[in-house]
Amino acid sequence: MTTARIPLLHRYANPAVFGRLASQVLPWTTGAAILLLALGLYFALFSSPPDYQQGNSVRIMYVHVPAAIMSEVVYGMMAAAAAAGIIWKHALADLFVKAAAPLGAAFTFICLVAGSLWGKPMWGAWWVWDARLTSELILFFLYLGYLALVDAFDDPQRGLKAGAILVLVGVVDLPIIKFSVDWWNTLHQPASLMTMAGPKVDPSMLLPLILMIGGFTAFFITVVMLRLESELLARRIRAWRTAAGDE
Amino acid sequence: MTRRGKRRLQALTLGMLGLGVATALALTAFRDNIVFFYSPSDVIADHINPGRSIRLGGMVEKDSVKRQGDVTEFRVTDTSRTIGVTYRGQLPDLFREGQGVVTEGTLSPDGNFIAREVLAKHDEKYMPPEVASALKRAGEQTHATSTLVEKP
Amino acid sequence: MDDLMTFLAMGGYGVYVWPAYGLTALAFVGMLGWTVVTLKARRREEQGLAAAGRIRRGRREAES
Repeated sequence: MTTARIPLLHRYANPAVFGRLASQVLPWTTGAAILLLALGLYFALFSSPPDYQQGNSVRIMYVHVPAAIMSEVVYGMMAAAAAAGIIWKHALADLFVKAAAPLGAAFTFICLVAGSLWGKPMWGAWWVWDARLTSELILFFLYLGYLALVDAFDDPQRGLKAGAILVLVGVVDLPIIKFSVDWWNTLHQPASLMTMAGPKVDPSMLLPLILMIGGFTAFFITVVMLRLESELLARRIRAWRTAAGDE
Repeated sequence: MTRRGKRRLQALTLGMLGLGVATALALTAFRDNIVFFYSPSDVIADHINPGRSIRLGGMVEKDSVKRQGDVTEFRVTDTSRTIGVTYRGQLPDLFREGQGVVTEGTLSPDGNFIAREVLAKHDEKYMPPEVASALKRAGEQTHATSTLVEKP
Repeated sequence: MDDLMTFLAMGGYGVYVWPAYGLTALAFVGMLGWTVVTLKARRREEQGLAAAGRIRRGRREAES
């Protein structure tokens, strides 16, 4: 079953071909990640002002908000790839979902913990069960559920397929997270960046925020490409071992 | 696209639509449970029983905060209705007059709210202190927290 | 020195700000480190298997 798919797979998802593509793109994304994160950290910690209400605790925003954005964007990309994998049976699409999942989980974790560290001094609570926090926690469990499911099958192909379905079912959580602060009253404040009237963040604070969002994105692209190459190699190794076992 | 691919696309689209509708229905059905706090108007309109534990949220009314030792008294308003709150304990850093607040506790029979916990709600605006004071001087900043008052 | 202490104190919020940044740094190093270690191990394994495969194929061609 697996061996019958291999020739086709190698043509479209050859690790060597992908590796060559990656080696052309990676220096740029790596450079961008280092530059943006360094500049972002400088502005976030040194060169941006404290907030008129929140003082220096506002600096937590520069890791909390990019992590929150990545937690949703990565999941959205995984869902798109999962759909493409189911419809067109493209091997790379399924593997992208698997490669991106641990990174999305890590971003969600950063978002939750940094948010908690911000909530304690400002709100007066580490955690509350309002719609925004609860839906973001559900996103974290969706990531963990995918990671558990994808490796739970003897046939990796079946694991990828089951995982893709879970990711697609979980995609309903994304609009809930985004609009939770508008649909229900929550302790979490409404959106500051993506508002109809434009960002409600002063330019001096918007700069580190944008730099950090860029840095997080470049970092994600870099690492996810390395992970994708790694997944392709793992698949080729498995195919070779199966073929050797057949001889 | 192959015929089977088309069929899978149709099935997936239908499945996602069904999922979306089901979620929307479920969220609508549980609407009241998802709400984090009630506004003073909600509390008064719903005739919430004294002794039932609820969260009351709104804006701390200007010039309503009185402190005596570790007991704080203030009024929470949504601009149309106002409820008096008594709280014993430490307040969060962002607790301020004219700012959003969410308190958890029970209504006493006289209509006063006895809070066990007070959480500060902050708004979506971020700016340095100089900008804030410049805005205040310019008179543009009538309410820093206009969006904090929930619609009744 | 005083400047450094003021900076680290973050107006009293240092105990919240620094753990947030520390955790983020740790997570980034973890993501990258784990990925690179796994990738390198798989590259080595794949090269080993490819070499073994060439040898096997070569032998078979020599026999035929």
